[in-house]
This record gives sequence, C-alpha cells and structure tokens, in this order.
Amino acid sequence: MIKMRESVIMKIHYGTALGAVALVAIHILFRMTQNFTVSLQYENVIANYHLLPYSLMLEVVLILLSIHGFNGLRVILLELKQGIGYEKIVNWGCISAMTALVAYGSRTILMAGMGIS
Amino acid sequence: MAAISPKMTEEVSQTAVPTPKSITLMISKFNPNHESSHKFVEFKVPVQKWTTVLDAILYVKQHLDTSIAVRYSCRQASCGSCGMKINGKPSLACYTKISELNSDIVTVEPMSNFPIIRDLVVDFTSLFSSHKKLKPYIIREDSEIASDAKEFLQTPKDVEEYLQFSYCIKCGLCNSACPTMATDSSFLGPQALTQAYRYVADNRDKGKKERLKMVDESHGIWRCHFAGSCSKVCPKGVDPAMGIQLLRGYLLGFRK
Repeated sequence: MIKMRESVIMKIHYGTALGAVALVAIHILFRMTQNFTVSLQYENVIANYHLLPYSLMLEVVLILLSIHGFNGLRVILLELKQGIGYEKIVNWGCISAMTALVAYGSRTILMAGMGIS
Repeated sequence: MAAISPKMTEEVSQTAVPTPKSITLMISKFNPNHESSHKFVEFKVPVQKWTTVLDAILYVKQHLDTSIAVRYSCRQASCGSCGMKINGKPSLACYTKISELNSDIVTVEPMSNFPIIRDLVVDFTSLFSSHKKLKPYIIREDSEIASDAKEFLQTPKDVEEYLQFSYCIKCGLCNSACPTMATDSSFLGPQALTQAYRYVADNRDKGKKERLKMVDESHGIWRCHFAGSCSKVCPKGVDPAMGIQLLRGYLLGFRK
C-alpha cells in the first residue's frame, strides 16, 4: 500500500477543519431560522433529513469532522508513545474507527431521510 | 613620602573591589550507573557582579567537590558545551551571570529531553544524529573550490534568508525546551529542523527536495506545535520556531 506523505495528511487535516467550520456555521445559522428550542423538536429535526441538500451537507460534515478528529487523535497518540508496531496499530485503528463512524452516521442519515426509525 | 589626603582615600575606597556576597548553589548530582534518582547538593559560593554560573560551578569543583561532572570549553557562548537548566530555564552556564538571576539560590540541573551521562553532562548523540541526518551542508554537483571554478555569488538579500539560522552552535537548549521532544523521542527537534531550513533557504544549495522529503515524515516537521520555547531560550538569537514555520511554507506550497 502506498504510504501517504505527512504533508498530504496535514493538508487534508487543515482543509477538513476549514470545511467543517464553514458547514457547521451554516448548520448553526439554520437553527436560527426559527426558535432554537423549536428547531430541536423531533418533527423539525426529521424534516431536516428529508431535505436532500441539507442531509447531503450533514453527510459532508460527518465525513469532514471524522477525518479531522481521528487524524488529530492519531497525532496525539503518535506523540505519546513511539514504536513501529504501536504506530501501525494507531494508524490502522484510527482509519478503522473513522470508517466505522462514517458508516454508522451515514446509516442514520439515510434511515432518517427515508423515514425508517 | 607624601601623606594620602582623606579625599584620595575616599576615591580609592570607591574603586576598590566590593566584598563578594555569597549565594547558595544547588547542583543536581546523578550517576545513572549507580543511582536511581538525582539529588541536589548545596554549596555556598562567593560571587561578584561578573561571576557566571559556570564560574560558580568551577569554584565548587576546585574548592568544595571535585567530583562534579560539567562539560565546558570556550567560556564565551561559542562552543555550546555548557548548556544546562539554570533555575529551571535552559541556558548556557558561561553566558548567564548570577547577578542577572536576582536570586540568592541558584539551581543547576542537566538539560531535559537528553539522557544524562553524569551530574550536569547530557548525551548529545540524538541531537547530532538528527542534525547529521538532514545533511547540514550545501548539496550540489559542481564545486567552488575546483581549479577553474568561481565563488558562488550571493546578494545580501540571499544571505539574509538564512543568516540568523547559521548562528546555531548546537548547544541543544532549544531541544531541551521543546515540549514535543519531552514526549516524542523520535521527533527531529527544533535544532535539526532549523538547520534543514538554513540549507533549504540557501540559494547555493540544490538539495531542497531531498531535505524536504526527510522532514516530511510522521515524526518530522508537522509535530511542532509552535510553542515557541525554542526561540525563547536560544543564546545566539536564532528563532527556530520561525525557521520551522518557514520550512512548512515550502511543504504547503507557499514558498518555492
């Protein structure tokens, strides 16, 4: 498998952070279109998932935050301890956890969008 | 013989050397081959306004405890041998005057982030190997010392790009102050990364691609958190934190 250079990983890290900040800002602004408490009521939350562009944005936010968060965790763990075996476990562990979180989150978005509870 | 007037006596007394005051010098003693932890040993040392920490340690070594291990050489902040933690801050012992510390108790310990050989002497193997790894010399195929060659000319602006970074004396104080080095033993460290920038920024050098590849690894340049403590402790006025950020610029495509 081709090893990604650390500069490429860090460019992705910074890019996902910027993307997430922009999209989460939109997400928060949408909460302000109505009373905050009302916007968090069950029907209103489900209505967001029925709106295709909005649910796509939530999917992108999920992917961006998962990549950024798990890469951040990977960096912290690599700085805590060193060793070839340990680093392999950390790298693959973070990739697996990130994939699992994206898969689970996507499943939730899909199910809510299709009205399956 | 003429009698000395009272006025003259007063002048003489004003220029005379003041009686030295005394401070407590606490030296960390530790021999990793025989002991499990370090201990501080206290010494009373007479000091003058100009007494440096190294002078005080050498006074102790000469008069009170000959067994103290300390590394020093030039005594003028040029060789980078006498780095140690003075009152908790990484400093050169020959470049730190006791009067500047404003304290009657001065503690000296070996630098952090290096294995201790004995007392105040640390092992620089990792510092030198990281430095060597990044090829701290100009890489190019032709040479300016060949018989028919000319000197590689640089404008003052070209020299400015790297000049301050060439003042590094490899004393290890920056690596000792670095918080990343405290947990990541594989991190290249501010000293080596700054030297990588020094040669990358030199327009006579053709090894930029090679060096950037070396620093662009999992324990390389990206592990710097820009705490800036390296720049704070450098006795030669080098700004390693800035060198690291400028080097990052090449990897992010901001600099060519």
